[in-house]
Amino acid sequence: MDPLLELVGITKVYPGVTALDDISLCVGRGEVLGLIGENGAGKSTLMKILGGVETPTAGTIRIDGKDHATLNVNESMRAGIGFVHQELNLFDNLDVASNVCIGREPRRFGLVDRKQARARVAPLLERLGADFGPDTAVEGLSIAQQQLVEIAKALSIDARVIIMDEPTSSLTLRETERLLRVIAELREGGVSIIYISHRLGEVKSCANRVVCLRDGRIVGELAGEAISHATMIRLMIGRDLKALYIPPEAEPRQGGCELRGVITPGFPNRPVNLVIRAGEILGLAGLVGSGRTSLARAIFGIDRISTGQILLDGTPVDITSPRQAIRHGMYLVPEDRKRSGLIMEMPVVENITLASLGVYARMLLVNRNSELAASQTQRTRLTIRAPGDQTQVVTLSGGNQQKVVLAKWLSMQPKVVIFDEPTRGVDVGAKNEIYILMRELADRGVAILMISSDMEEVIGVSDRIAVMHEGTISGILERPQFSEYNVLHLAIGQELEMAEAQ
Amino acid sequence: MMLPKKELGLLVLLVVISAITEALNPLFLSGVNLLDMANLIGLFGIFSIGEGLTIITGGIDLSVGSMFSLLGVIFIDLVANWGVGWPLALVAVLAGGLLLGAIQGILITRARMQPFIVTLCGLLIYRGAARYYTDDSTMGFGYGNDADTLSWLAAGRSFGIPHSFIFLIVVSLILGVVLHRSVFGRYLFAVGKNEEAARYSGISTKLVITGAYVLSGLLAGISTIFLVFYTNSVSPSTFGNFYELYAIAAAVLGGCSLRGGEGSILGIVLGTALLQVLQNLVNILGIPSSLNFAVMGTVILLGVFADQQLQKRRAVAISVAAQRARPAVT
Repeated sequence: MDPLLELVGITKVYPGVTALDDISLCVGRGEVLGLIGENGAGKSTLMKILGGVETPTAGTIRIDGKDHATLNVNESMRAGIGFVHQELNLFDNLDVASNVCIGREPRRFGLVDRKQARARVAPLLERLGADFGPDTAVEGLSIAQQQLVEIAKALSIDARVIIMDEPTSSLTLRETERLLRVIAELREGGVSIIYISHRLGEVKSCANRVVCLRDGRIVGELAGEAISHATMIRLMIGRDLKALYIPPEAEPRQGGCELRGVITPGFPNRPVNLVIRAGEILGLAGLVGSGRTSLARAIFGIDRISTGQILLDGTPVDITSPRQAIRHGMYLVPEDRKRSGLIMEMPVVENITLASLGVYARMLLVNRNSELAASQTQRTRLTIRAPGDQTQVVTLSGGNQQKVVLAKWLSMQPKVVIFDEPTRGVDVGAKNEIYILMRELADRGVAILMISSDMEEVIGVSDRIAVMHEGTISGILERPQFSEYNVLHLAIGQELEMAEAQ
Repeated sequence: MMLPKKELGLLVLLVVISAITEALNPLFLSGVNLLDMANLIGLFGIFSIGEGLTIITGGIDLSVGSMFSLLGVIFIDLVANWGVGWPLALVAVLAGGLLLGAIQGILITRARMQPFIVTLCGLLIYRGAARYYTDDSTMGFGYGNDADTLSWLAAGRSFGIPHSFIFLIVVSLILGVVLHRSVFGRYLFAVGKNEEAARYSGISTKLVITGAYVLSGLLAGISTIFLVFYTNSVSPSTFGNFYELYAIAAAVLGGCSLRGGEGSILGIVLGTALLQVLQNLVNILGIPSSLNFAVMGTVILLGVFADQQLQKRRAVAISVAAQRARPAVT
């Protein structure tokens, strides 16, 4: 195979840390290279070097047989390296064509030539099978559609290697499938792709070859048939991962949280009836936009429910704000921890005690020592890897940040905990620790609702699975019925009987 | 406790500027000049702290200067023309400040209007109301009123130290504890840094933000009394003009970020002191007083620029330390 892009002995040393240590890899024409590794393994640094944002300390980047010691952003672009970032970098206020051509607008008399821009972008969108045109405003596009715009942008600079960093973290199952199809088509058209993901299922289905990074080094490479979940996980963590499912200690007990005819503002006329039993982990599956997050927000009091009742241990509770939900022992671990779960520039200790600060205060003055003691207890209990209690949360890895969110609630008296995408952006090792914590909580008698778009997680961790479709519960699966097939069928609104027949 | 880096830097700047001024004109550190400055620092510091609190929530209060004018004319009118006793007039002014602050806070949190707009309209409305109320004429105390006690309290000196300065120290100590040690103070920072996450943690963010505007209004009410007795009369069209800008400048110089979530009482007080030293320096060194604002603007610009450079370096140091501390996964 004829390598398009080759890295030889790339090393990147920051003061005090070696982020990349002698990395050598190559990408052939029309090849999809899966790049896996836990958070902090060096994937992002490597990609930044390819993008021309960081300069390597040593090593060579060879593109089409031409050696470069470093790349800058323009050289990288000219060499045909395109990016589709995890966080989309589009301008909401512009239309698709303007976004694709941004910085390289076709001009006429010094003004932007919109006609030519459209003409340039339309065929790219067609090639990607987009269901929108170059004039569509980006504002109105779904995340999956925006991603296609990013890919079109990469193609418009004649990208021969497209780097995709966690492209599916916000996509629904169907959108993910479509993206994987697009990738397959691109590959056939001779475009190479470096696919970075934590979702091993996707890596397995689209990559020809997988390279695994750990602690800044390449620890292994898999090709073709050798790519499987087990082999990839073994490479990533250097050991075999235990099965996801930890059975509960006891049968679910009395009590928990019950929703009776709850209608959320997003879905009028779609009542939800659901029981989350104390001591169980109830998985909540469904496509993105099926109303799972709306339901979580309603239970937690962020949005008010229009009608219906929420019962806690059999008694109706009136929840009109997160404050009241928290008072009843109902907590939410939100989907977007950076935006709603944590105060990133605050220290670990202040994040942990934020929701129960009154407990650590006397006469409204915070007692520093008791606060620090609580933080230390939680850090040990949850094995939060942070240099200290005063470390700003923003400097921690995704998994440790998520543990800080958990620590906030675990230092209190939970009765019901809603986890919304608890392991998004969390590395494999920390994922497992979070599952163990959820099980411990359940065994203590807490009712747990786990919203997840990660099929492995829903099937692997839950005791029961409720599936949502268009704002209502379309079915509930018991463990013997668990299968991707059943979940998917309920998620697209088919009857349980049909699903069961499978 | 060790002085935080930001405040330490500000203190060093203050000392250096003072030393240079002293070297150029030894009158700078004379007792008379120092006490004069102390008085002004007191006058400006009190409401700058209130301003700082609103800035920490990620907002701003542009209305304080006009509040001085409106509350000032009401106070003089009550005492001089209506024969209201000074304690009652004082309470009326403080309640007035509190009320205006509360209205602004409620408009910002309940009606979800932007702080800049709400308080800008406050600035226009209060100034207009004060001018209409007095027919745009200057109001003075005249003769024969019983406000002498209050006048002494606000503009007098004990042991030679101006009361305004002593009061600033007291206010700083109280609000220093409130901001840096109390539950409310922690909530203020939390709301300023990330309101959504604060709400998701069960904090009544609307109440906390309104609280900051109420405190700013109350401190503006208190400042009104000090300022009225400093000038002994109120010209509604000019009284307190631009004072909100002094307050914002002091807060920003003192380390408050307009993005919210950052700042300290000590920093705001030091910021106020630095501004007053700069003004004094312009006078005492014979720099044309028309350059007053230009000097102030330049120093603030340089100060904030230097601070950002330092922060950038610190952020790099933090991230390096974090990477080093992250244990290897085995």
